[in-house]
Amino acid sequence: MIGIEHYVVVSSILFVLGVLGIFMNRKNIIIILMAIELILLSVNLNLVAFSAYLGDLTGQVFAMFVLTVAAAEAAIGLAILVIYFRSRGTIAVDDVNRMKG
Amino acid sequence: MNSILIIVFAPLLAAIVAGLGGKWMGHTAAKVITTAGLFLACALSWPIFLSFIGGTGEATVTPVLTWVQSGAMSFDWALRVDTLTAVMLVVITSVSALVHLYSWGYMDEDPDQSRFFAYLSLFTFAMLMLVTADNLVQMFFGWEGVGLASYLLIGFWYKKPSANAAAIKAFVVNRVGDLGFMFGIFGTFLVFQTTSIPAILDAAPAMAGSTITFMGARWDTMTILCLLLFVGAMGKSAQLGLHTWLPDAMEGPTPVSALIHAATMVTAGVFMVCRLSPMFQTAPDALAVVTVVGAATCFFAATIGTTQWDIKRVIAYSTCSQLGYMFFAAGVGAYGAAMFHLFTHAFFKALLFLGAGSVIHAMHHEQDMRYYGGLRKHIPITFWAMMFGTLAITGVGIYHLGAGFAGFWSKDAILEVAYAAAGEYSTLAFWLGTIAALLTSFYSWRLMFLTFWGKPRWIESEHIQHSVHKTPEQAGEDTTGGYHPHESPWTMLVPLGVLSVGAIFAGQVFHDAFLDQEGFWMGAIAYDAHLMHAMHEVPYWVKYAAFTVMLIGLIGAWYAYIRNKDVPRQTAEQLGPVYRFVLNKWYFDELYNFIFVKPAFWLGRFFWKKGDEGTIDRFGPNGIAWVVERGSGLAKSVQSGYLTSYALIMLLGLVAAITWVLF
Amino acid sequence: MTVFAFYLFAALMIASGALTIFARNPVHSVLWLILAFFNAAGLMVLVGAEFLAMLLVVVYVGAVAVLFLFVVMMLNIDFAEMRAGFMKNAPLGVAIAVILLAELVLGIGAYRAGALDLGTPDGSAAPLVGESNIESIGALLYGNYLFLFETAGIILLVAMIGAIVLTHRAPTNPRGHQNIAKQNARNPKEATHNVSPEVGKGVEL
Repeated sequence: MIGIEHYVVVSSILFVLGVLGIFMNRKNIIIILMAIELILLSVNLNLVAFSAYLGDLTGQVFAMFVLTVAAAEAAIGLAILVIYFRSRGTIAVDDVNRMKG
Repeated sequence: MNSILIIVFAPLLAAIVAGLGGKWMGHTAAKVITTAGLFLACALSWPIFLSFIGGTGEATVTPVLTWVQSGAMSFDWALRVDTLTAVMLVVITSVSALVHLYSWGYMDEDPDQSRFFAYLSLFTFAMLMLVTADNLVQMFFGWEGVGLASYLLIGFWYKKPSANAAAIKAFVVNRVGDLGFMFGIFGTFLVFQTTSIPAILDAAPAMAGSTITFMGARWDTMTILCLLLFVGAMGKSAQLGLHTWLPDAMEGPTPVSALIHAATMVTAGVFMVCRLSPMFQTAPDALAVVTVVGAATCFFAATIGTTQWDIKRVIAYSTCSQLGYMFFAAGVGAYGAAMFHLFTHAFFKALLFLGAGSVIHAMHHEQDMRYYGGLRKHIPITFWAMMFGTLAITGVGIYHLGAGFAGFWSKDAILEVAYAAAGEYSTLAFWLGTIAALLTSFYSWRLMFLTFWGKPRWIESEHIQHSVHKTPEQAGEDTTGGYHPHESPWTMLVPLGVLSVGAIFAGQVFHDAFLDQEGFWMGAIAYDAHLMHAMHEVPYWVKYAAFTVMLIGLIGAWYAYIRNKDVPRQTAEQLGPVYRFVLNKWYFDELYNFIFVKPAFWLGRFFWKKGDEGTIDRFGPNGIAWVVERGSGLAKSVQSGYLTSYALIMLLGLVAAITWVLF
Repeated sequence: MTVFAFYLFAALMIASGALTIFARNPVHSVLWLILAFFNAAGLMVLVGAEFLAMLLVVVYVGAVAVLFLFVVMMLNIDFAEMRAGFMKNAPLGVAIAVILLAELVLGIGAYRAGALDLGTPDGSAAPLVGESNIESIGALLYGNYLFLFETAGIILLVAMIGAIVLTHRAPTNPRGHQNIAKQNARNPKEATHNVSPEVGKGVEL
């Protein structure tokens, strides 16, 4: 039936998709933030799946905390993005290279 | 307390005091100290010499300090006084003292006087060490010391680029000779196991037939040793091949030319050959080389002297030529005659140089004889001094009266002995020497006529133009330009007077001792009594030959420069290529430039650009810097500033870590 | 039935995740993200964690995704063309991603083969028998993990303050550098001041 492996595979695929999204996108920074959300989502899914299969609620509690922190991080990230946009005028990925060495 | 110690070390002390303290004590004090030191040395030298003349002198060795004690090799600082040394002592100290005095007047306006006098005294010290050396290493010390002093003095006006170049040229050419000398010393030590001159001279005859390997070939020992030592003498005494430095050495002040390049340093080579004469006597092939080189130099320099315009250069080539005489006299075995000519030459050559200096001083530093003329009424004392010098060098004298100027005695002696030796090389030397005597007479009288007779041509000189602030067009008919040459101060005239006395009488008074008395030399040099006797038995035409050619030269010069002033120009045009060849010093400088200087510079540039810059710098400091720069550039390119690239790199790290954990 | 639901939700989630990243319109990206969240919630419901599923919908979709939408619309981001440099990193990136995926999946294989041991729960966090999911979680949260719960709240507070502080702009004065209060407070008597200075000397204001 549906075993733990299925959930692990699914969340792995989602994780990899998110990771890919971080550095494969050429459009703008918001996509990066969305990809991060995908990653966090995949981790949440994984935690919940394990929690269910092991009969241990710790996983779900942890997933809740992850959710909280993810929300906080999204808020701050977007705030930073807004400020950056204010001073730079652009959030296209190629123009965001101020940390050039 | 041996006076020789004072003679040798007083100049050194004076040099140190004047050299180091010159700025502090002022010019006058420095001048007084050095000149006084030299006059003291001179005053102490003449008694020694006269004691040898009188027959009461004896050879002594005064040890000073131990120097090297290393196994089989040991030699000390010691001062040897024998006849040969005594002769050199009076020559060196007398001329040096007079030159010191002369420089009071000549260098009067120079801001660096104390340095000049210190160098002069330093030179005198080195030369004295050379002539009092009891072993070859000490002689080499003196040899190098005079070379150094020569460099310092030629380049005295170091702000002039030509003076610096001349000083370097002198030193480098000397060095080539010194290399030969060094090899000679090494070889001598190898063969005789000692560098002490008496020991070597005693052991020399025993080595006469042996052979030695040098540079892969088998040579007769004594021949190769003497040849190597002679190479050193060639360098120091400006013989043909290593002569190129002497004319350029005229960049130095005239007192320097008088002291170093006329009387003393250039005669060091002759001195060395005479000192080691027992060695040379065992090597007839080496003597043949000496004869040929000396004769060739004598002739070569005389030809060039006839075309030069600079008054000092004429006298410089004259020196070169007279040194050739000394060498071929030594080469035929008449070392006494060579030393005699050295002795008289010192006086009249120094006189000629100092006189030329007086003329230059009077003509506002103009040295080109084309701008002289008619000076005898304006600077009479200088004129008479130069006259005596010229009479001496050309060898004016009447054989039958037994009277003559200095050069008459010494130069004629050399020619006679060359004829008397009757070998093929010595006969060649005789003929070359006679022709050179003709040329000597010609150029010496040419110098006199151009300078002191005729119409003044002064206004054409730039120096005179600066002095009177006029150009030739403005002066018009008056070719003097309104310039008044004045006689030199007494400090310059007194030496001229003293040297004139020497030039007139030195030959007359001392010829007997030098040439005929074995008791005078007492083994200091190899003395061939038979040869010296044969010298007096030569046919009359030989005895008159020198006088005859002197007259021919005189008449020729008179005709060309007084009677018919167009002759020189016509001759030069007719003999076009020959004239140019001689005027350009037989193109020796150009030849050496092509063979040695250009390749040396090329080699130096090659090592600099390819070696130092191309290899050492490229792989060393520059290479490391380049690697660092490139490496950091490479590292820098990773930091593109793109967020996404950074994320990719982070991912890479993560994957690597996971892979490592898994496997 | 569950199997079918699982595959449906999983496929949709992965598809919408991919489309989030590759969509050209950023608003579309956000919408696909929302769909991904919904499908994830569905998966969680299938497993039996309904509280968390609803939490996902309410917090993630209702707050975070809406926030994303606000920002996207505020910044007025244009349709972005795929820039040329996309292809430069693509092979390497895809390769790395595939490797990562392979390794993650390898873990399953290892587990299947018995080489991996999952952690065994010690029973302290076992779900309360007979109670609903939310009550079990509540008991755990306010019991063992109370401190962490409070801390999570503080984190949210910090995030809120941080967001406000970061984006706060000092209000610009529409009237430039004029100070109305000062202008109104002028006194005619003190408005001017008479002095008679000597010749050559200046006045002090």
